[in-house]
Amino acid sequence: MAEAGKIDPMHQFTVEPIAPLHIGGVDISFTNSSAWLLVTLVVIFGFMAMGMRRQLVPNRWQMAVEGLTGFIDDMVRVNIGPEGRRYMPYIFSLFSFILVSNLLGLLPLAIVPGLHSFTTTSHFSITGVLAVMSFSMVLIIGFWRHGFHFFSLFVPHGTPIVMVPLIFLIELISFMVRPFSLGLRLFVAMIAGHILMEVFGSFVVTGLNGGPVGWGVGALSFAFIVGVAALELLVSAIQAYVFALLTSLYLNDAINLH
Amino acid sequence: MDFASAQVIGAGLAAIGVGAAAIGVGNVFGSFLESALRNPAAADGQQGRLFIGFAAAELLGLIAFAVAMIILYAR
Repeated sequence: MAEAGKIDPMHQFTVEPIAPLHIGGVDISFTNSSAWLLVTLVVIFGFMAMGMRRQLVPNRWQMAVEGLTGFIDDMVRVNIGPEGRRYMPYIFSLFSFILVSNLLGLLPLAIVPGLHSFTTTSHFSITGVLAVMSFSMVLIIGFWRHGFHFFSLFVPHGTPIVMVPLIFLIELISFMVRPFSLGLRLFVAMIAGHILMEVFGSFVVTGLNGGPVGWGVGALSFAFIVGVAALELLVSAIQAYVFALLTSLYLNDAINLH
Repeated sequence: MDFASAQVIGAGLAAIGVGAAAIGVGNVFGSFLESALRNPAAADGQQGRLFIGFAAAELLGLIAFAVAMIILYAR
């Protein structure tokens, strides 16, 4: 918090260098963002490695890992069909990365002085890259499998000839907007939730100094923030699911046309 | 009216869109639940479409939020 009594909800999103490093005028410092990306990677690797012993009778951990992979496998099979199996690792990496980094950002680590959890997915530079990766995969697979026939994606079957230019334009715009909507949704959902929690958290703290009325406000805010925290857990999971689901739908467009 | 007050009022107006998106999201889940209770056997197969509708409705609210933030922190 910058000044006493002033709420600064955007401060939690600042990227601060931990180990400054400049090469040729380019700032490639090791920041708190990169640190939390590393933590995300370690958590995912740890979770997967603990459950990949391939026992005939699975223990609990293996059941958890199999549940996760089975969930994504199901989603890909339903939405893309049997040909989608080879893209399942990509969708799985997307889903697990987004889910784990969303959940890590919600950890209440700030009660330990000097330690702040940082949501890597609350920056458009991260979610935008994920979205562009999905979008370029759709383009590459589409043109690689269908060549210029891929453009028939923009003209649905049975369109009257007169309407073709207009429909083509509309479909093209809705296609080009996809990476933006994909990246924007995740990043704004994360930012909005964290701002809400920060604002109501500061209501609790400032309410404690405000006499009986302030205590009432603080207690109400505290009850509210518990609900918001539960909602944020749900949103973390839903956003990861929606991102993976939309990616698999877009891949389905590229693989099967329509 | 000075710039700062116009900014706050504009951000507040932009936040109306978030409420509209709340109606949309409620409508998506409400309609899904209504029809899922009529035909529970078909409900599980439509969950993907449920979340697509949810994502589309939610995105517009989030865009309203982003616009409010841009207005609020513009200088």
